[in-house]
Amino acid sequence: MSERIEIPAEKLHEEMLKLRQGKHLDFLRSLTGMDWGEEGLGVVYHLEDTNTGDNVVISTRTTNREKPELPSVSDIWKGAEFNEREVYDYYGIRFVGHPDMRRLFLRDDWVGYPLRKDYDESLNPLRMTNEEPVDTTQYIEVQHDGSVIEKRETIFEEDEYIINIGPQHPATHGVLRFRVSLEGEIIKKLDVHCGYIHRGIEKMCESLTYPQTLALTDRLDYLGAHQNRHALCMCIEQAMGVEVSERVQYIRTIMDELQRIDSHLLFFSCLCMDMGALTAFFYGFRDREKILDIFEATTGGRLIQNYNTIGGVQADIAPDFVQKVKEFIAYLRPMLKEYHEVFTGNIIAQERLRGVGVLSREDAISFGATGGTGRASGWACDVRKRHPYAMYGKVDFKEIVHTEGDCFARYMVRMEEILESMSIIEQLIDNIPEGNYQEKMKPIIRVPEGHYYAAVEGSRGEFGVYLESRGDKFPYRLKFRATGLPLVSAMETMCRNAKIADLIAIGGTVDYVVPDIDR
Amino acid sequence: MEIKKPTIKSIPYEDFKDNEYLENMVKQLNEGGTKVLVGCLDDLINWGRSNSLWPLTFATSCCGIEFMAVGAARYDFARFGFEVARASPRQADMIMVAGTITHKMAPVLKRLYDQMADPKYVIAVGGCAISGGPFKKSYHVLNGVDKILPVDVYIPGCPPRPEALLYGMIQLQRKVKLEKFFGGVNRKEKEPQNPEQA
Repeated sequence: MSERIEIPAEKLHEEMLKLRQGKHLDFLRSLTGMDWGEEGLGVVYHLEDTNTGDNVVISTRTTNREKPELPSVSDIWKGAEFNEREVYDYYGIRFVGHPDMRRLFLRDDWVGYPLRKDYDESLNPLRMTNEEPVDTTQYIEVQHDGSVIEKRETIFEEDEYIINIGPQHPATHGVLRFRVSLEGEIIKKLDVHCGYIHRGIEKMCESLTYPQTLALTDRLDYLGAHQNRHALCMCIEQAMGVEVSERVQYIRTIMDELQRIDSHLLFFSCLCMDMGALTAFFYGFRDREKILDIFEATTGGRLIQNYNTIGGVQADIAPDFVQKVKEFIAYLRPMLKEYHEVFTGNIIAQERLRGVGVLSREDAISFGATGGTGRASGWACDVRKRHPYAMYGKVDFKEIVHTEGDCFARYMVRMEEILESMSIIEQLIDNIPEGNYQEKMKPIIRVPEGHYYAAVEGSRGEFGVYLESRGDKFPYRLKFRATGLPLVSAMETMCRNAKIADLIAIGGTVDYVVPDIDR
Repeated sequence: MEIKKPTIKSIPYEDFKDNEYLENMVKQLNEGGTKVLVGCLDDLINWGRSNSLWPLTFATSCCGIEFMAVGAARYDFARFGFEVARASPRQADMIMVAGTITHKMAPVLKRLYDQMADPKYVIAVGGCAISGGPFKKSYHVLNGVDKILPVDVYIPGCPPRPEALLYGMIQLQRKVKLEKFFGGVNRKEKEPQNPEQA
């Protein structure tokens, strides 16, 4: 449990600016809204220095529940913009100085703020009316005398040519919606609408016991089910001081890497399909099935495995697990070569990916766009290297970093990561030690009071879990740092001045999973 | 002439689990009697329709990945005539509601359904689409897609295996085979009530 520094709201912006510039805390890992009941509403910031890896946890609060206002830090870290909108959506905290204070997930006509402890669910029955598109947003500005005024800002002008993409569109990888303002073919502005698959997982977790909350993590980013669950299990284990056996660490690491290969294969398939190369889609899915077979033999689940538990894993590995994994790796190597022959060298693929959708390193850090996207922009952001967990500190692997920051770099990072994942698995698979696959836990799990943050490298970036406990058998607040939300918030920067057709290539290579964004 | 039980080539009739329900439909159809010419035409049309059901590519979450897996090489729903997944509701015959439907998505889904041309079918895939599944208690999740759409086939699972998806899709084919186009309609499910009015 790291120490949390509380900064009063009046000084927050000034202090944060000092931390950003003086202490070089340039990466906003996570921004969490909080409802501390009597003690007010607030926000918890997790900051990191990308050079040294130092972490600082900051909190701030306001006791005004009727009209809570806090200063915005969206001008310091770009990634804060969407996160603050999320906090506004959940808790109704309005951020002064935020350029776009709209709800992020819920409909504009939603009544109340769902993650507040006193939220009344009966206020919001199912509304079947279609949503009206709104072209303005509210902006809360501080005057020179310290008073605050509300202003309306326009997002799209009256005479702009706006195209709607989604929520039902095969190339948005789920139910994400974009409103794009075009000038000819060129994208002038892009407005992201999330929330079409907002399932309220964080609120649900507050009324579930710790083992029950595990089940929901798998369904966040279903292509990183093992990793997500690993993060939550690790967070709870760290909080309780449980040491898992070496065998469990090995199994978890191997499973995480298999999952990463699975996700990257699906990334390859879907990107190719979006670009019109349907054959590659079949290749990718054919090979992905082999991983799913391995998962199924051990865990019983194909896509969603429910494998990690607090203190271990659900079941021991299948007797033929080691052999099957080795066979698979031997099989995949030549296949990857085939992928490159089919797609990578293709002139159409090259033309559509190279130099498109460039994200600079500074922007990647500012948005907190981790994972393959960040590494393609030259930011070495792999959690496995930054904060090694499980067996990652002991295996030898290379962090794939490209510097171009375009779609092709993002694509190549992931393809090369498959090779690295295979090498990690190869180093571990023969040496799985004997031991318990599950520590003995008490029937009712209580986490000691405090706040904890744990992160793993998910398939598409840093997946973090922020847990605040009051010593109950339920979490007081459980926040998942979505891997996808920073990626989506960076979409506007990447897409600006690109062609409308490139939106699909950019979206495909950024590789977001929408239920993970919306949670 | 008699309407026959719906059969699927190369899969024995007994291998299906819920035959009783379809037999009731057959009985109902036969009660009124069927004219030979009209009956034969119906048979022909239904043969064609049931073997080329085009799904709408609609997926909101995890089940969508399994839906893609069914379309890919190993499971390959092209064997049963489903391969033409359409991105436009105007060209689709059925919608596989694969994944959680939230309050924000519900009007969109309804609109997609309304945009589809008749005759149209709905398959609810997975726990979320059937009842809300693991997210039943959430403030933003619709507890079952049958509250807003008439559902033909339910496929349970979280997510259902590709085999289960295929089974459910074949069940829909069998149901399509029992439709009467000429001289009466046997599709009489009530439109679900709009929850706002209820």
